[in-house]
Amino acid sequence: MSVDLEMEEILKVFFEESFEGLDTMESRLLTLGDGADRETINTIFRAAHSIKGGAGTFGFMEISEFTHSVETLLDEMRNGARGVTPDALQVLLQSVDVIRDMAQSAQAKRPIVMTGAKALSGELTRILAQKVPPAAAQTPSAAASDAAPAGASTLRASAQNAAATSVGQPKRDNAAANMSSTGPLEGWRIVFAPDVSLFKTCNDPMRILDELANLGPLEVTANVDALPLLSDLDPTQCHLSWTLSLRAAVEHARVAEVFDWVDANSKIVYEPIYASSNLSPVAPPPADPTQAAVQRTAGPSDLQVAAPNAAKSGGESGSLRVATEKIDALINLVGELVITQSMLCRFSEKYEPADVESLRRSIAQLTRNTRELQESVMQIRMLPIGFSFNRFPRLVHDLSRKLGKRVELKLSGENTELDKTVLEKIGDPLVHLVRNALDHGLESPEQRLAAGKSETGTLELNAFHEGGSIIIEVKDDGAGLRKDRILAKARERGLVDSDALLSDEQIYNLIFVAGFSTADAVSDVSGRGVGMDVVRRNINDLGGHVQIFSVQGQGSTIRIRLPLTLAILDGQVLRVGKEIYIASLVSIIETVQSTRENLSCVAGRTELFKHRADYLPVVRLHDLFGIEPDSRDITDGLLVVLEADGRRVAMLVDELLAQQQVVIKSLEANFKQVPGLAGATIHGDGTVALILDVPGLIRTFLERQTAHIGRAA
Amino acid sequence: MTTERMSGATQGAGAVHQYLSFFLGGEEYGADILSVQEIKGWDTITRVPYSPDYILGVINLRGSIVPVVDLRVRFALANAAFDAATVIIVVHVAGTRGERVVGIVVDAVSDVYSVASESIRPPPDIMGSVDHMFVTGLADLDGKLLIILDIERLVESSVLGDGKAAA
Repeated sequence: MSVDLEMEEILKVFFEESFEGLDTMESRLLTLGDGADRETINTIFRAAHSIKGGAGTFGFMEISEFTHSVETLLDEMRNGARGVTPDALQVLLQSVDVIRDMAQSAQAKRPIVMTGAKALSGELTRILAQKVPPAAAQTPSAAASDAAPAGASTLRASAQNAAATSVGQPKRDNAAANMSSTGPLEGWRIVFAPDVSLFKTCNDPMRILDELANLGPLEVTANVDALPLLSDLDPTQCHLSWTLSLRAAVEHARVAEVFDWVDANSKIVYEPIYASSNLSPVAPPPADPTQAAVQRTAGPSDLQVAAPNAAKSGGESGSLRVATEKIDALINLVGELVITQSMLCRFSEKYEPADVESLRRSIAQLTRNTRELQESVMQIRMLPIGFSFNRFPRLVHDLSRKLGKRVELKLSGENTELDKTVLEKIGDPLVHLVRNALDHGLESPEQRLAAGKSETGTLELNAFHEGGSIIIEVKDDGAGLRKDRILAKARERGLVDSDALLSDEQIYNLIFVAGFSTADAVSDVSGRGVGMDVVRRNINDLGGHVQIFSVQGQGSTIRIRLPLTLAILDGQVLRVGKEIYIASLVSIIETVQSTRENLSCVAGRTELFKHRADYLPVVRLHDLFGIEPDSRDITDGLLVVLEADGRRVAMLVDELLAQQQVVIKSLEANFKQVPGLAGATIHGDGTVALILDVPGLIRTFLERQTAHIGRAA
Repeated sequence: MTTERMSGATQGAGAVHQYLSFFLGGEEYGADILSVQEIKGWDTITRVPYSPDYILGVINLRGSIVPVVDLRVRFALANAAFDAATVIIVVHVAGTRGERVVGIVVDAVSDVYSVASESIRPPPDIMGSVDHMFVTGLADLDGKLLIILDIERLVESSVLGDGKAAA
């Protein structure tokens, strides 16, 4: 039993290290593109070597064998026996994906699927068989390519070629096929291995198969290996997978469309079938696996990108790696705390009035120790945002190839630290923003040249601290948001009255409305109008907010402001009547006492407060929460100017009390979510105070206003 | 307060459950003792906006935020006064969204009874002010009536109840 447990522990470490190694391989492989550096190749080789060794030890022979061939290729590169070709790099990057997939299957104790590995092994063997002179990085395909732009170096030519193959867009299919000397497209072999939760997402595999059969003659083979015993069978789960061969020369997009609604956890592998490949699984012509492997990565990017991320965030939540210095600092602090405690203990034994001064000193020291200890413990949960940024070089690399754009990715502030929970939850929204920037923001090289910009677009990811928050910026120098188009679309959809005057900020905020998209064509990268609303909701859930700055023709910046931690909040304590509430300092712009001249009323109901150049609606917290206030006269109380989701309001309270850091406690754990409240905290005297959810409060207020108007009409 | 005794009705075979009894408007109610975590004296309660009137608010129970339901208000009993005997019974129930800790305010805590399950009679359809869906059964304890409450269901429906209905 304990041996088993120990083994589990060791396995866990193996997987953690393997995934780390794979991440290293991936990031280093991407830097190799700029020029072969011996030390970098060495690092990649070492990572591959440890994965191979570990996998062998634990009996994951599939991983070990596959990694071995990767290692062989890397070894030749390391020895200088082989140059670093873009072709080989692409295969190596795909190998990293395949190894990661295999390791994830092994970690989840699922059988390891060898489809990807088999296809890539063929490719690796092909590359290994080529005896390439080390310096001249020539590949046969590059030499054969006439499509290379004049003046481009051979390296670039082969990169272009690889891009053309990997894009796998329908119109290029034939070209790609011809280049690799196979016949025309005859059909598709599809391996469809849905996630067990397929039925829960309201998918019926029969319908999917029927849909495919409509496209052409379809051969279906069901794989029942994963079926559990009848006694263990859960009928709500899908244990089947299918191998489908569709004998119809349809475009990839048509086939992929059928699987559109299948969720990202399902595995779908598309392999084109070419005439010359004769469909014989035995000894396929060498070029076929290339196509297969390449097509795999060029499949619907939603599936490819989302799946590893989902697995990652799921796996990450368990343990935390902490730098030794942080632990050392903690031990020091605890040491000091013990000393202070013993000082204080002395007073309980023998206390003389003369000791009052030293007692006071000891208590001051205790206070300091406690605060420092709290800070250090919080520090443990803090991780550099680099962990989240690390995935972007690969994402941008793959996506820019797919979209045929040239992009330079600049990362800065990777060492900015933030809470682990925030870090994990910000990953997906960031991926979405980056994909949006690449797809919609940055223009194609031709458009950029036409607009007088450099061919290569820049995408910047930047993180820094500001006050008690962390700011993350996603900045591109692309086309910028087109206000006129957004506004036109919003009017068309009835989101905005045709005569309404909106500020730039209000217009930009429209893109966060669910289902909003100005994209003329829906691509499989983005454009369905799903997502920006989710991005904003995720960020709001973390207590942050999003702002958009954009200059048409020059690019856009999306700025995310997040609290450093979810556990502690810098709060302003407010009093209304006999009740105490806490508002996050981040959402407070300022607090003012209003004079009567600054107040006006619209339609006898909506009260407005003139704040600088703006008119802000007055939110009476006592009305909203049903409290008996000290005074209902606005000029008697204080107006707290709050901002959330790009909207400002002035909230009327009776008094401002202290500013303090509060520990956020969940209201939902034992109770339920309450509109306008983000949680609760405990005061020094043991009573509970509620924390305001400013965005929610503003929403509730607006809903009430609209309800009033509805009633009046 | 916790003198234990077997009532006359519990002589037969079968499972015997213990119930904590408490008073609400002069009637004696019972709650499965396994769901009772502790009994707490009166404490400062922080009101929560948008809650029905029977949710008095939340209290701090050793660092967790716990809602408090006034059962007297929940059952629309006339006199919901607060005196020295008024206590909060802290119960934990396995709700639809996992374990939940909730305080319930009652007039007074009375006793712990052991009641055999076969001596519990199903409630009649008409139960006056207490919705019969919250009543597991009625037990006759030597001529005294104990109304056994389905605490889990009661707490779940009270805590998750729609706040708008009361507003």
